[in-house]
Amino acid sequence: MSDWIEACTADDIDEEDVMRFDHEGRTFAIYRSPDDEFFATDGLCTHEHIHLADGLVMDDIIECPKHNGRFNYKTGQAKGAPVCVNLRTYPVKVEAGKVLIQLSQ
Amino acid sequence: MDAILPAARDYSLIGRDSQRAVETGLAAAEWYHTDVSRKEMKELMRRDDGPAIRDTAIWLSSMVVLAVLGVVLWGSIWCVPFFLAYGVLYGSASDSRWHECGHGTAFKTRWMNDAVYQIACFMIMRNPVTWRWSHARHHTDTVIVGRDPEIAVMRPPDLLRLVLNFFGILDAWHAVVDMLRNAAGFVSAEEKTFIPEQEQPKAVRIARIWLAIYIATIALALYMGSILPLVLIGLPRLYGAWHHVLTGLLQHGGLADNVVDHRLNSRTVLMNPVSRFIYWNMNYHVEHHMFPMVPYHALPRLHAMIRHDLPAPNPGILDGYREMLPAFLRQLRNEDYYLRRELPLTAKPYRDEFHGEAARAATQ
Ligand code: FES
Repeated sequence: MSDWIEACTADDIDEEDVMRFDHEGRTFAIYRSPDDEFFATDGLCTHEHIHLADGLVMDDIIECPKHNGRFNYKTGQAKGAPVCVNLRTYPVKVEAGKVLIQLSQ
Repeated sequence: MDAILPAARDYSLIGRDSQRAVETGLAAAEWYHTDVSRKEMKELMRRDDGPAIRDTAIWLSSMVVLAVLGVVLWGSIWCVPFFLAYGVLYGSASDSRWHECGHGTAFKTRWMNDAVYQIACFMIMRNPVTWRWSHARHHTDTVIVGRDPEIAVMRPPDLLRLVLNFFGILDAWHAVVDMLRNAAGFVSAEEKTFIPEQEQPKAVRIARIWLAIYIATIALALYMGSILPLVLIGLPRLYGAWHHVLTGLLQHGGLADNVVDHRLNSRTVLMNPVSRFIYWNMNYHVEHHMFPMVPYHALPRLHAMIRHDLPAPNPGILDGYREMLPAFLRQLRNEDYYLRRELPLTAKPYRDEFHGEAARAATQ
């Protein structure tokens, strides 16, 4: 079963930036890349429980605000110490200016 | 959360206070942050290669010039000032370079951060793997007893140790022991508490490379019948350490422990431009801990932006010592004593539900 959830509008996020989205007790990070594509990952860093939405987006990297761990937010890949565990990613689509993420069951 | 310790502090990372910090929620707690808008913070966090390339070029080229002059004048008294200056760039400036490049904020380009990180780690004799992880813990649990592996001044303060470290003596001794142990393939129980298992072999590999470099340097010194190679590699960690200890002790010395507000356990000190170059602006230490994503070159701007919410900075190194040394002496008698920094009227107050008991214990 697939479950598309409206997270925000496209205009809510600047280019090369990230925004937090909370849904049913879970937290996600929604990204807008420099080439105007949208992506979504789990909202918390896999090193410690820190919200990635307070971090810095550079190209396809999100840098965690606590210890500067880096992930590729497009693939979820952890890019080295102190993050060793990949981030979970979620499909995203934009329809009529709304950003939808698919939360698999 | 209960911030009071019942007995003498146990700084072991696998001891009583470590366990207690986890149980009471002091470990990995949520820390106070001054409000800064996302727009302003993004501007502050923005990476730039320019300042760090400039500073690294000045740093390394100065070292080369000073080393050449020192070697040319070797044997005469005139080599001394050149080596003293070389030593500070080797044994002290490496401390801040290690630190900033470890955060990955000094340069925008990743490989530049990594290259300077490796060079600086070698000079300051901190295993780049071990210390990357220990520093992450320092930021998670800043001055939390039993959790923070980088508490420079434990209570009651060991003043002899502090004095010896102005010459790097104990630090270098521990660094050599750690290097030999890691090179022999052993990772200590304490190191295992903060270095993930998959990273531990990297710490061993680096220790072996360093050991090879030191053996080669010692062999060259024996072959030449001169201490000169060691004056250039290794010994500057001792004779040039004083500046990083001078500035580093001020970071947290005499301030609170077991609190979750960096305004209570960290100190910002205004410093002269030379010290700030050597120290890469880490004198803005409250700001750095609150927002570790902000590169060193943007810290003065961050300071200006949030100073209304922070205790007034010490106006100089001397002033910082005038405040800190008497606190060390009082802690010899009462290890719960600490300097509680006054906030300006414009600041959000400390959350006394977290820190009130520590304050009461300090006055007893
Ligand atoms: S919490 Fe994200 S890198 Fe440590």
